[in-house]
Amino acid sequence: MTETTREEALDLLGRMVLIRRFEEKAARQRAAGLIPGFLHPYIGQEAVATGVCASLGPDDVLTSTHRGHGHMLARGADPARMYAELFGRTTGYNKGKGGSLHMIDVELGFLGANGIVAGGIPLATGAALQFKRRSSDALAVTFFGDGASNEGAFHESLNLAALWDLPVLFVCENNLYGEFTRQDRHQRITDVADRAASYGMTGVVVDGNDVAAVRDVTAEAARRARAGEGPTLIEAKTYRHRGHFEGDMAKYRPKDEVAHWKGRDPIDLLAAKLTGDLGASEADVASVRADVDKRLDEAIAWAAEQPHPVPEDALDHVYVDSLGGAALR
Amino acid sequence: MTKFTYADAVRQAISEEMERDPDVLLIGEDVGEPGGVFGVTKGLWDRFGADRLWDTPISEEAIVGAAVGAALVGARPIAEIMFGDFVTLAMDMIVNQAAKTHYMTGGRLSAPMVVRMVTGTSGSTAAQHSQSLESWFVNVPGLKVVAPSAAEDAKGLLKQAIRDPDPVIFFEHKQLYGGRGGPAGDVVEVEPIPFGEGRLHREGTDVTIVSYLKTREHASTAAETLAAEGIECEVFDPRTLVPFDHEGLRRSLAKTGRLLIAHEAPVRGGFGAEIAAWAAEECHDLLRAPVARVGNLNTPVPYAPVLENHTLPGPDRIAATVRRMLDKKGND
Repeated sequence: MTETTREEALDLLGRMVLIRRFEEKAARQRAAGLIPGFLHPYIGQEAVATGVCASLGPDDVLTSTHRGHGHMLARGADPARMYAELFGRTTGYNKGKGGSLHMIDVELGFLGANGIVAGGIPLATGAALQFKRRSSDALAVTFFGDGASNEGAFHESLNLAALWDLPVLFVCENNLYGEFTRQDRHQRITDVADRAASYGMTGVVVDGNDVAAVRDVTAEAARRARAGEGPTLIEAKTYRHRGHFEGDMAKYRPKDEVAHWKGRDPIDLLAAKLTGDLGASEADVASVRADVDKRLDEAIAWAAEQPHPVPEDALDHVYVDSLGGAALR
Repeated sequence: MTKFTYADAVRQAISEEMERDPDVLLIGEDVGEPGGVFGVTKGLWDRFGADRLWDTPISEEAIVGAAVGAALVGARPIAEIMFGDFVTLAMDMIVNQAAKTHYMTGGRLSAPMVVRMVTGTSGSTAAQHSQSLESWFVNVPGLKVVAPSAAEDAKGLLKQAIRDPDPVIFFEHKQLYGGRGGPAGDVVEVEPIPFGEGRLHREGTDVTIVSYLKTREHASTAAETLAAEGIECEVFDPRTLVPFDHEGLRRSLAKTGRLLIAHEAPVRGGFGAEIAAWAAEECHDLLRAPVARVGNLNTPVPYAPVLENHTLPGPDRIAATVRRMLDKKGND
């Protein structure tokens, strides 16, 4: 384990609180009618995205999921442009053409959330193929859930990546549910990481609510990938506090299970470590939270002022080159 | 005499584009060292090696998905689907990922890549190795769809497809390859051919036959038979289905006033339906007979030759349909 300094821990806390509060405020904006589409909140899983992204370099690329806001924020995306996208505005990350499920930030190497479960896994594998053949030091990371580990895309990609020693990290966020279905009703195994062995790949299980542990496991996997030692399947055990999507009351989950995991809230765990071993004050922690709230409130205010697209914009970007519109007819 | 087959055309296009651009890759089953199940990529391995030709496991979704992912970070991949029927296993990567990347990211990202697939029957290849699925892709905005019938078109259009900034679905008909395992043919220089420009294989005044891939050859054969009877057909090969050369077809219909669309895919919901609808909407004033379509009889492709010949369109059915079109209105 790498020692975590107070400054590092405060930085990690700030990122995790940013994700938590971004999602809580997004839910409120949706209820208020500003967000027309789906939201799949990342609340409860913040330590995974934050820990993984803390161990990545600037040239690395990521693919994400339907539950992608946390990954994008952990990578450093601008919450104001994210809200603008959720509101369907032209200054949003995707100019209002994607919404939550397709958000990207090309400059950050964030190649997109994805509306298809397991859809991002082959894409990261392909990016890693290009990095390998160009002898780049970059690697690709793909986030997905336990549900995605039953898709063909997962199995085909892991086989290919292991076969060719591709620099890619497969990060499974096992939040115990594939949509509404508990893990023990969608697969026989308990540890998704067990599947790594069948591809000749290293698999590791980590406490997904311990941000420092996730960071360290990722750093080691990234080191091996960059050294040409191949991909790793990292399984982070975690839990989503809310339903599959905003509006899902998640009544399919036992109350004691929810209570158990809320008692292991990744933000509370880190805050306790900060005010305990790391000697931070309650005021330090409170100030992190206050800074985040201020930043997000400004982001929302900015996004709400942004222009809506005009209807004709719908015909742009179908093709890079529509051949003067011929490809649209 | 120059020997230059359709297979030579595809091989040369890939080779020349690989020579031109170090980021052009070929990813697929048996495409590298084995030279392809139809021998189309034979010799490329020796020339370009494992860094450019990626022999994959039998994993269609990972093949196309890896191509999309590589394209997102700067590669110009060509994914090969050995038999077009197997593209069903990779549809998510084509339809939900590659086709929509540019649009759903507001133009900030794109997936410039080619998916090559072998299409159509080559005689008793039966229901799972014979299909013509091009109309599926025509119905997905974001894709361009190419379906050449002539060797030089295959070469020029594949070079264009590899350079094109958008995802391109490239159909190659297995009967057009020109035999497996023979020595490579001569190199014929062909420049990239712009998409959306049809080609008239034959000029005529009575009926325009729109056709592509192997069926275009059947249309040309039928047209020669009909010429001996005094019926002059235009044979119009659009070469690309998306974009489609509407103006070229309109010019032809202005001459003939009659439209027949012939393809190997089932008639119902086939590409011919799109062209028939377009003609009804846009060229009604030019038409002097009902539009006709010829294609597979809406069955899976059967195995026994007698059954296959009955369901799939050939020169005889095309010619018979043309005669009927003229009889209905009388030979004017």
